[in-house]
Amino acid sequence: MAEPEERRRARVLRAYRAVLASRARSQASHRASFRMDLVGAVLVGLIEFTEIWVLYSATDQIGGFTLAQIMLVFGLSDLAFSLADLAAGHCDNLPQYVRAGTLDVFFLRPQPLLAQLMTSDLSLRRIGRCLVGATALTVGLVLNDIDWGIGTVGLLVLALVSGFVIFTAQFVTAAGLQFFLINGSEMTNAFVYGGRYAATQPAVVWPRALLLVFGVIFPVAFTAYLPVSTLLGVPGPLGLPTWLGWCAPVAALWAVTVAGLCWRWGLRHYRGAGG
Amino acid sequence: MRPLPSPSRNPYWRFLVAGFRGQSAYPLATFAGLVANATFGLLKGGIMGAAVESSGGELAGYSAATMAAFVWLGQGMLGSVNFWGGSDLQTRIKSGDVAVDFLRPVSVQAANVLTDVGKGLFALLPRGLPSVVIGVLVSSMALPPDATAYVLGLLSLLIGITVSHATVYAVATSGFWLVETRGVSVLYMAVSGFFAGLFTPIYLFPDWLLTLALLTPFPSMMQFPIDVLSGQVTGAAAAQHLGVQVVWLAVVLGVGHLTTRAGRRRLEVQGG
Repeated sequence: MAEPEERRRARVLRAYRAVLASRARSQASHRASFRMDLVGAVLVGLIEFTEIWVLYSATDQIGGFTLAQIMLVFGLSDLAFSLADLAAGHCDNLPQYVRAGTLDVFFLRPQPLLAQLMTSDLSLRRIGRCLVGATALTVGLVLNDIDWGIGTVGLLVLALVSGFVIFTAQFVTAAGLQFFLINGSEMTNAFVYGGRYAATQPAVVWPRALLLVFGVIFPVAFTAYLPVSTLLGVPGPLGLPTWLGWCAPVAALWAVTVAGLCWRWGLRHYRGAGG
Repeated sequence: MRPLPSPSRNPYWRFLVAGFRGQSAYPLATFAGLVANATFGLLKGGIMGAAVESSGGELAGYSAATMAAFVWLGQGMLGSVNFWGGSDLQTRIKSGDVAVDFLRPVSVQAANVLTDVGKGLFALLPRGLPSVVIGVLVSSMALPPDATAYVLGLLSLLIGITVSHATVYAVATSGFWLVETRGVSVLYMAVSGFFAGLFTPIYLFPDWLLTLALLTPFPSMMQFPIDVLSGQVTGAAAAQHLGVQVVWLAVVLGVGHLTTRAGRRRLEVQGG
């Protein structure tokens, strides 16, 4: 007799939970290093914010954004990226697995490869990182004169969820391309980490080529800059309409489609380590 | 008296050459690094250019041209200096392999630092120069004004690369006491680039933060070489930059030497 669906699902979930809990425990075992790791993650976030603070304090505004306004962009995109990093950041290690041949082991287990890859490590320090983005976002929301209403809250939630999906999709897209790049793994940093950096900037300062790359192909401009522009009523680049921020879910859908195609394409290309 | 051995038989010279040549084995990796570098450069150039423009064409002593030079020279140096804090020594201490290194008749510190400097120097060819070429093509970046600026600039660059790797080495020796040093690397990654002038010139910092930065070896790794190479500082000021760099080089090499000696006595290799 076949196992009932719920029982099966509960069993699978329990397996994931056990795996993730063991990863968490193993990290906390080297106490001194773990504490430094956690402090370091918060510090990296704080320093990234300090860069923005230094730059926007040296001038009145950049690209039509003041320091208080850019805090919203930074907070929103950084929080979305940190959450995506927590969920999918470990995809970055794929080239090492492919090179060492350990990826083949993943194929033997009865779980989807992508799910295994995502849970193969849980970096607790990344939780510390989320706090920085959340704090900047909160402070930004307090400092700016925002017309609160259902629409405002809806836009923020929509932007955060779409941002999380877009950044997660970038990690998966990069992982799919890694099957081809291997030694050239750094190339995907251009849009994964370059994308995170781009997402904290007002897109009007970009050269046209980058507008195409980070506004359309890897649509990180939709994670924070465009929704915040909509929220504050700042006109977009190239005379684009202010309501463009509401289109974040469309950008997210596009990013997921690209990620799905890249991942499948890469997986089909993979032929094992041989030997 | 024995004749002096030729430099090609000197083990330390060979570490430097091995580091240089080792990197040339991965052309795709190098190209990939360049793509990432150029993307970040375009983003950084965009925002920094806009910052100069919005403050009336001059920001903390930078014009649009010198700011572009700051951005692209910095991007060009990224493959040659180490701002992520990881190193071979770090992995070898954790795995215990460093015990074998101590058995060799060469200084562990010199071997490690020289190999990394060799890698860094190689990276100037496929990553450094193309970054600068891209910078010249996409922006109106300032170039060194005269021959002196080139000579002093390249010297400053060489010292900067060495300070960077010697510092990372000294930091990695903390592994003799901590074993797992990923946290130390993360801390290093957080502060080194920021104080070195990787994101914004340190002269944009408020006074107290600038003072804090100048009390660390980090500006010697990137900001000072860029200042000299771009002709932002010349003459006596350039010589002063080089002097400060040499002092920091001596300090970090000295610290690395002492911690290696102390750590060697501490070393306890697990397993068998």
